[in-house]
Amino acid sequence: MSDTTNSGPMLAADGTPLKRSLARALRRQKIRALALIAPLLIFVLVTFIAPIADMLFRSVENQIVSETLPETVEALADWDSDSGEIPPDKVFEALYIDLVIAEAEKKHTRLGTRLNYEKTGVSSLFRKSGRRVGRFDTDEYTDALTEQNPDLGAPATWAAMMEDSSVRSSLPLTTRTWDRWAAYLISDGENPAEEKLEDVLFAALYFDLRDGASPSDPRLSSLDVSNIEPVDLPASFADADKDWLDPSVWKTIQVYSPNYTSGYFLNAVDMQKGPDGAEARPENQQIYIMLFQRTLFMSLVITVSCIALGYPVAWLLANLPARTANMLMILVLLPFWTSLLVRTSAWKVMLQQQGVINDTLVWLGLVADDSRLVMINNQFGTIVAMTHILLPFMILPLYSVMQTIPETYLRAAKSLGATNWTAFWRVYFPQSVPGIGAGSILVFILSIGYYITPEIVGGTTGTFISNRIAYHISSSLNWGLAAALGSILLAVVLLLYWCYDRIVGIDNVKLGG
Amino acid sequence: MKLHKTLLASTALTVAAATGAHAAGHGMADSMTLVSWGGAYQASQQNAYVAPYLEMNDGVSAAWDESSAEAVAKLRAMNEAGNVTWDLVDVVAADAIRLCDEGLAMEIDHDEVLAAAPDGTSASDDFGDLIVSDCFIPQIVYSTTFGYRTDLVPEGVAPPSKICDVFDLETYPGKRALEKRPINNMEWALLCDGVAKEDVYDVLETPEGQEKALAKLDTIKDSVIWWSAGADTPQLLADGEIFIGSTYNGRLFSVIEEQGQPVGMMWDAQVFDLDGWIVPAGLPDDRKARVMDFLKFATDTQRLADQAKYISYGPARGSSASLVGQHADLGIDMAPHMPTDPKNAANTFLYNYEFWADYRDDIDAKFQAWLAK
Repeated sequence: MSDTTNSGPMLAADGTPLKRSLARALRRQKIRALALIAPLLIFVLVTFIAPIADMLFRSVENQIVSETLPETVEALADWDSDSGEIPPDKVFEALYIDLVIAEAEKKHTRLGTRLNYEKTGVSSLFRKSGRRVGRFDTDEYTDALTEQNPDLGAPATWAAMMEDSSVRSSLPLTTRTWDRWAAYLISDGENPAEEKLEDVLFAALYFDLRDGASPSDPRLSSLDVSNIEPVDLPASFADADKDWLDPSVWKTIQVYSPNYTSGYFLNAVDMQKGPDGAEARPENQQIYIMLFQRTLFMSLVITVSCIALGYPVAWLLANLPARTANMLMILVLLPFWTSLLVRTSAWKVMLQQQGVINDTLVWLGLVADDSRLVMINNQFGTIVAMTHILLPFMILPLYSVMQTIPETYLRAAKSLGATNWTAFWRVYFPQSVPGIGAGSILVFILSIGYYITPEIVGGTTGTFISNRIAYHISSSLNWGLAAALGSILLAVVLLLYWCYDRIVGIDNVKLGG
Repeated sequence: MKLHKTLLASTALTVAAATGAHAAGHGMADSMTLVSWGGAYQASQQNAYVAPYLEMNDGVSAAWDESSAEAVAKLRAMNEAGNVTWDLVDVVAADAIRLCDEGLAMEIDHDEVLAAAPDGTSASDDFGDLIVSDCFIPQIVYSTTFGYRTDLVPEGVAPPSKICDVFDLETYPGKRALEKRPINNMEWALLCDGVAKEDVYDVLETPEGQEKALAKLDTIKDSVIWWSAGADTPQLLADGEIFIGSTYNGRLFSVIEEQGQPVGMMWDAQVFDLDGWIVPAGLPDDRKARVMDFLKFATDTQRLADQAKYISYGPARGSSASLVGQHADLGIDMAPHMPTDPKNAANTFLYNYEFWADYRDDIDAKFQAWLAK
């Protein structure tokens, strides 16, 4: 065969090197496979992954402060929050401009709600101040400036002036304020060149001129602000709500001014932003760590009870004659087809103090009438109801695994002298472990995120972290905190899954066959 | 060719139908999605004004969505998605204020949108102080109050008649049901801890006051079942699980009068609250026109009085009070069952919206931590 020795690459029939040809064929196959699953992939991405990612992103998002109060946030940057004094007048001026515009856009109350999560009372502070800020005495600036140059009273003059780049560069604050105001009017379907001029524009112009701006534009160069009496804005704000004189309110705004915050995550682990970074919350507000622990612990108990109750049932299902087994299977599936709420409410009827079980026990004389057992609205009630509800998720994978274990193995073990127990424990049980693994993962992960059953039968000691998440989504509207709690829960589940994979091995999980 | 013709014809028909509907409603949409609470309350709305309105306006339809309990969260989500499918939403006043704060509800000029009273009193004067937000159109006054099992009152003891009887485990043993949130419970606790009614919120503002209220609740904590759905207390009362429990007065009316259970009302220190409509912000013109047309009808004096035929909640208009008649099925006088009846309203609270808007998050965190202990 020495005459066929060829050092060159092996060629396919069409003359291209075989390696390249093979790679191309494989690539084509991959693309075809990808194209086939593309509809599902896109569906999952759009309807599942993207919304979840968006929701989780809210746990760090905090643009609302810097978007609603841009001038204030900038002016506050230099203020020393530990000084124990309220910020300088400049900050109040910035707040005045921001608040007037936010009030027009109806954003100030939204910001108030956001900051109220961090500092109680800010909600009404912004609502009240928003109502009052339009009535501050800043119309004095308007009157004084239009008196010096009546042309300034016309919206068209402003619109033209603000087109001029030299004016824009010499009056930075006025320009920014005008731009925001004009953007608001345009979004509202109005024309800035025709709408009535607000006092806030003249106030901004006054602040610019007072700070030494000297615009060369003839419409502005003649203005003299040295003898205009300044309006006492801190006093006006304090008049609207005295909380503006409280440095801790300003500190809250300053601390929560960055676009992204760790505040929600800190809150989700019972901590808060303190003067020296993160610190523990006061003890009478700590709840989430405890709830996370409780959720994990109770999910574990529920999983173990499901194994204990489900294993014998699955064994019976797998080993009884087909007819009886089918009957039993229907009994397992029947509750599965019943509404979750109905089943949970049924447990209420069974377990409550005037319920079926207590009545029976009293009738049997096992329990005195005045000391009926408390079996619901606590941990016990949640564990019982959830074990019942999740039991099919344990039985079905167990059953499908047990079905594949040949009976002959047990007989062989016994014929070799093993006792019943040894045969079960050494031969049968190890082969059913993949079913236990699959069932446990299903039950544990389902119960960790369970919401409705603990809500109905959990009372105060049997509720889960998911009940707090639901509360923050639908009642308190603190979606940032809900997202942080949800992210932590997701991370915990992934971590447990990883541990499971390391210890047991995920290949060792079987849902069937 | 044939297909082409069919297509053309059907297009023409659709256009004709669309313009026809348009003309019939004078620029109003011909369907509305109303959001309410379901159950007896929604039925009272359906009977008192939705059905009559649909009868008067041929071709208009109304669909119900029973989502009021999550209305704020859902509206926020709809607004973010840019697709608000609701036309009119029934919410409690506190939620109306929040929706207004978030810019999710439309501000209403009450005198322009709503009908005046028959005697000419303007709508805003007729509703008076009950217009707690610029976005809110009140319908009814309801109250959170107590019902107790008359057969479980210990022998030789008068039935409970004071709010502090709830905290008196010696005279009135047995379980209690309270709502799983601080609102109302904290006020009642302070009231029974010796705080004067007018000082309750001043005390509750301070951390010490909050501790004080929780300490008072601690004295009965082991005997309390905490409810989160309005139907819980009526069920617990009917099963004899509890001796006394708080819930909405309309639910107790139904347990007592409609189901004939041995339950009595305890009106002392009942907390008034309001329920009403809001219009979502940013509705298209045709839908808005329809909703406004409906609102004017549904909140006039007679319609609000009619609602009281079906449920024991007080009409929000002053002018409706004198028109309240008898229950539609039971034929009993409704006036004595109204929370606003002078006999029932000897000692009342009005839900303090501003206070709870500020302190809700803070006190709730403490309350939940206390509950879980």
